[in-house]
Amino acid sequence: METNTLRGAVAIVGVGDTEVGKLPGRGSVDLTIDAAARALRDAGLEKGQIDGLVTSNSMVDPHMYHAELVAETMEIQPRWCMTLAAGGATSFAAVHHAAAAIATGLCETVLISSADNLRTGLTREKASAQQSSTADPQFEAPYGAPVPVSYAFVANAHMHEFGTTREQLAQVAVTTRRHAALHPAAEKRDPIEVADVLAAKLIADPLRLLDCSLVSDGGSAVVVTSAERARDLRSAPVYLLGVGEAHTHEHVSQAPSLVTSGAVSSGAQAYAMAGLSPRDVDFAELYDCFTPVVLVELEDLGFCAKGEGGPFVEAGHTALGGSLPTNTHGGLLSHCHPGNPGSMFALTEAVVQLRGAAGERQVDGAEIGCVHAQGGVLSSHCTLLLGKEPS
Amino acid sequence: MSSRPAKPAPTPTGETRGYWEGCRAGELRIQRCARCAHVQLPPRRFCGGCLGEDLRWERASGRGVVRSWSVVRIPLSAAFVPDAPYVVGLVRLAEGPTLMAALRCNPDEASIGAEVEVEFEPRSEEIHVPCFRLR
Repeated sequence: METNTLRGAVAIVGVGDTEVGKLPGRGSVDLTIDAAARALRDAGLEKGQIDGLVTSNSMVDPHMYHAELVAETMEIQPRWCMTLAAGGATSFAAVHHAAAAIATGLCETVLISSADNLRTGLTREKASAQQSSTADPQFEAPYGAPVPVSYAFVANAHMHEFGTTREQLAQVAVTTRRHAALHPAAEKRDPIEVADVLAAKLIADPLRLLDCSLVSDGGSAVVVTSAERARDLRSAPVYLLGVGEAHTHEHVSQAPSLVTSGAVSSGAQAYAMAGLSPRDVDFAELYDCFTPVVLVELEDLGFCAKGEGGPFVEAGHTALGGSLPTNTHGGLLSHCHPGNPGSMFALTEAVVQLRGAAGERQVDGAEIGCVHAQGGVLSSHCTLLLGKEPS
Repeated sequence: MSSRPAKPAPTPTGETRGYWEGCRAGELRIQRCARCAHVQLPPRRFCGGCLGEDLRWERASGRGVVRSWSVVRIPLSAAFVPDAPYVVGLVRLAEGPTLMAALRCNPDEASIGAEVEVEFEPRSEEIHVPCFRLR
């Protein structure tokens, strides 16, 4: 099987983030179009030039045909259109699908836009109902375990198996917050120290409040087109060099492992397609819904050995100025987390970094970026390798 | 009686009815495939090993080992508030499959690798949910 068919075939030519945080009165369709309009302006494209559309459904106000509703509201009539659902991995899986659609001629220019209003749109009751709907109704829901518990399983397993310390987990949040402080739109910009994380309210042992991502309103969008077309557009294209996905289970009880994830497979596929190795990567944007996930991803994507994620973060490798600056925008922990759209902000950040336009938080010499997202509980994985040059 | 909502009692489906009947009778049941001997939970119509349909109920030992655990400090559902903090874990049964379940122990007693044994918590006349205590 050919593994390099998408390498350099498409590029991201426009990005846009809405405001994030508390945006009362704004729903998912509204925010999806807000992000879309920003990405189109950035690309220098008119909405009529879009012939493909991908959105993600709203948790607050789900629609039967979300993408079609967005298209109708924007008054566009795409020839390729879908609402994608892979939890946190949705945004990057959307890029994968869009690249395949463009490469096979199903469409030429795809708008991927994703937004939700979890912060102001979800009442406590709705949030509770929504969270219990992610648990298996017969085999998980009876035990009253909110989502952080599933990630606490990962944290405890990682600590047990590899001797990862509570302080190392905390360092993930601390480093990420330091990056957020350099992003003007990030929700949480006040510096924190390891001691602050260790003193924060206990949520699900061993995870404390500052180990958990935010709950936000907001949306983010990208425009993807063929490499050929990208050359004629306004922004410097950011090329897709490699992509891979892996979907290993849905419920945490069925996870093949609590410390090694499908990122091993999705990463290997992406590296093979790109002809790159972890050593070629200049920075990473990794899914950080809870601090332990970052350690698992750093290991599974080959940036450090299995079990060495804690020491790797503690040694400063993931900080700006380190060998692999990670979550340079502040991640889900400190920038924002509106649910399924969360990882999209990591993608727009990667594009901004590769354009060299990240200002104070710019990674020096950023040529290759790795972005990875996971959905469910280590369930759905998608890895993208992006670069300034098509190969 | 308080007006607090009751903890959830699952509604059995065609696939799971035999499992819940077992729980009510005080036994934890697993499915074993008559064709390929694959053992599975949660129960299904098809074997996850070979997709065969000849699945037999079998009484499990009820024993297992804690794969991981956590303590719920802030329940989302009011039904669980009086219990907090309470321990929830992933238990790998001696027969292989993993179940999420309440661990009936204090937070400082929970540990990975701990050996546990099933017991049942009645939620309704029909539904008794499996929980585990330390052995």
